[in-house]
Amino acid sequence: MNGTLNRTFSLTLDRARVRALLPALSLVAVLVPIFVLQPATFSYFGIGLLLNLAVPLVLATLAQLAIITANDLDLSIGPFVSLVACIGATLLVSKPWVGVAALAGCVLLYAAVGALVEYRQIPSIVVTLGLSFVWNGLAVLLLPSPGGTSPAWISSIMGFQTPLVAAPIVWSTVIAVAGHLLLMRSSAGVRLRGSGGNPRAMRRFGWSLVRAKATLYGVAALFGVLSGLCLLGLTTSADANLALRYTLLSIAAVILGGGEFVGGRVSVIGAVLGAITLTLAASFLAFLNVSPDWQVGMQGAILIVVLSLRVLLQRRGGLR
Amino acid sequence: MNGAPSPLPAEPAATLTERLRAIPMPWLWSFVGAVLVWLVTAGVFGFAIAGNVVATALVFAIFMVFAGLGQMLVITAGPGNIDLSMPSAIALSGVLGVQLMKGDDGMIAAGVAIAVAVGVLVGIANYLLIRVLRIPPIIATLSSSFIVQSIAITQSRGMPPPPPALQAFATGQLLGLPSVTWIALVLSVGLALMLHRSVAGRSLSALGQNARAAWLAGVKVERVRCVTYVLSATIAAFTGLLLAAVSGGAALDMGVEYMLISVAVVVIGGTQVTGGKATVAGVWGASMFLFLTNAILNAVGAGAGVRSVVYGVLIIAVVVVAGGRPAR
Repeated sequence: MNGTLNRTFSLTLDRARVRALLPALSLVAVLVPIFVLQPATFSYFGIGLLLNLAVPLVLATLAQLAIITANDLDLSIGPFVSLVACIGATLLVSKPWVGVAALAGCVLLYAAVGALVEYRQIPSIVVTLGLSFVWNGLAVLLLPSPGGTSPAWISSIMGFQTPLVAAPIVWSTVIAVAGHLLLMRSSAGVRLRGSGGNPRAMRRFGWSLVRAKATLYGVAALFGVLSGLCLLGLTTSADANLALRYTLLSIAAVILGGGEFVGGRVSVIGAVLGAITLTLAASFLAFLNVSPDWQVGMQGAILIVVLSLRVLLQRRGGLR
Repeated sequence: MNGAPSPLPAEPAATLTERLRAIPMPWLWSFVGAVLVWLVTAGVFGFAIAGNVVATALVFAIFMVFAGLGQMLVITAGPGNIDLSMPSAIALSGVLGVQLMKGDDGMIAAGVAIAVAVGVLVGIANYLLIRVLRIPPIIATLSSSFIVQSIAITQSRGMPPPPPALQAFATGQLLGLPSVTWIALVLSVGLALMLHRSVAGRSLSALGQNARAAWLAGVKVERVRCVTYVLSATIAAFTGLLLAAVSGGAALDMGVEYMLISVAVVVIGGTQVTGGKATVAGVWGASMFLFLTNAILNAVGAGAGVRSVVYGVLIIAVVVVAGGRPAR
């Protein structure tokens, strides 16, 4: 921070700019070594293969983002995505209307839980922890052992080959832009973010916080449903424990994307980039030929390295 | 309000729930729940079987108590603090301890030493990730747990059984109670004294209630936070060693279930989730409650799915009934 050059630089690099820049830099930090190690991946099919599993994680991350916008944390999104995949692989195939009704019921239940959290002023972490047991239990009841089949229409959508650019990139871009417009550019989005950023002010303006939270939880459930169906389309069979790791990966992706746990400060585009970065990190490990013992550990190390980039870029250090 | 009948007639009649809410014992609820579930067990299966269930609870629910106590300390340190690395610390300490002791009674001290070392190292690593790299605790402890788990995997080839003396001690009884229960009791009394009667414990509560106010009041905030994470990891490491001893060998996945259960036990027990207010007794009550519920569900033949759903609904019901912060 010495010298005028640095000073002007740091002045232009205000908080919002840093928040916007960081996810892109993290993505480059993972992408470049991959292209250097495996130049063949720099192609339509290579990128498609690398990002194959990105879309479900992107959707789950946006679900988490909706909850984090409300100043809450969702520990149940992974089990929920698994449950949706299980519903998709069983009910949606055998009795389509029952399946659709079950999914709609889940979304309503999610919204009701959001309203309950706000109405009773209870900690979301605990409620969603309880929910995670409920979702997992329902999934086990529905599909006691891995199996089921993906409905044909979902598989064909996920297998669709887009021209010029690989499908996962197209989908992620569409999702990111749509989410950005809805949450960051629309007046309803500003209201929802406000309910997390300054609930008291929103209440004094006459907006219902219960309704805002129910909406955000409902949106989260919708993204969770989309994520589960996408995942089912890619894996073509389901399992009650299919997506448990999405809970923590989605939180990590939101943080990586510049979101913060308090104050409704989130970035949709950043979160999407964060989710893609985490997906790439997993593919990256496959190229490195890491011994199976260290696969998990390397994931942890990559998570730490990528998240610590934030410290390098953030202007203010100091206490808390 | 010390039991004496209140002669004040002017006070408006409070509803029953309000009066119950006013009792300053958040841990009472979990005990009430545990006793109710036990009475149901006794009513359905008779007192002999209900007695047996309590005997097993005093061994196996104790491990929930251990994990819950560690998690309780971390959660008390304030909003956002949580330790997800407990399962991996349990696994690593169990695996390393068993490998080092090689079934030799003379090496038990070394095994305990390695457990302490694992706990201290994992705790400090967690703290540094949170402090230096400013990663939110939930992600920091998760990332470190991945690495710790990998280390445990590399050390897990060809594990010998734990030393016979340690096994005999862990599965044995002392004055009518299992020895693991005694260890948990001693630890709980120690932690309760520390939390409520010592400067360190009060500092932890102050930190959890308002970190900035605590800092202004002269609390060495960062030191307290560091010690909290070290204590939590050390308790987890000891749990790992004891689990390995009780079950006759270490396994890589023996701690997995304690990640979520430890949080559930803390919350159901009445410890404030936003930090600053811990209750040791509540962890016991909640552990017994969850274990007995699990036992009765098992006994009536409910499958894993039903048990999980009931668990979840119970956790949500307890928080909804107990309520959260007063409405603004």
